[in-house]
Amino acid sequence: MNALNTARDAVTAVLLPAGAAFCLLGALGLLRFPDTGSRLHAAAKAQTLGLLLVLVGTAVQMPLRHAPVLLLVALFQLLTAPVTSQIIGRAAYRAQALDHRLLLRDELAERLEREGTPAYGQEREADEEDEGR
Amino acid sequence: MTVLYDSVLAVVAAAGLLTLLRLVRGPGALDRIMALDVLATMIIAGTAVGMAARGDPTPLPVLVVLALLAFIGSVTAAHLVEKREGMR
Repeated sequence: MNALNTARDAVTAVLLPAGAAFCLLGALGLLRFPDTGSRLHAAAKAQTLGLLLVLVGTAVQMPLRHAPVLLLVALFQLLTAPVTSQIIGRAAYRAQALDHRLLLRDELAERLEREGTPAYGQEREADEEDEGR
Repeated sequence: MTVLYDSVLAVVAAAGLLTLLRLVRGPGALDRIMALDVLATMIIAGTAVGMAARGDPTPLPVLVVLALLAFIGSVTAAHLVEKREGMR
């Protein structure tokens, strides 16, 4: 029993700081990155990974019957983070919150051009200003 | 172990503060929605760490509800912003 507790503590001692570090890195990215699109990367990926690590680290310390609920939270985060990011990303594209100079490839613009619809944001690229920088 | 939990909580709290800074700065509504979503994730992580620290599973439902609310809230708000942009 004692060896088991030590093992649990060891797992938690590795996973919790790692998760917290990812949370901090994600927040740092959210604060420092130049436009909405790149902030989305930091917000979605680093946060999800950080939360997953923290949840696993917590689940190890809890009685086994609480593990499924924590798993549910983790699963839910995994399912919803991409959906939220996609919707915010699309809204950002329409709202011209993306810095088009930072995009390596703009597939939506290519497609809109093919279909004869003018691409969003092309004409407003120059006067876009980001006070957050 | 107590030191570990405390320092992990401190790091998560620092991350939350940085997120709050982005929430205040904006510049757009979408950045604020994103910051709020991340903040909810931070609160979930912090609550989970507190649970592990005290070995007390009472806040477990809070985690589930927060995860649900954060998703519904940010999706709805982002959708509204998108609609408003489409009207212009």
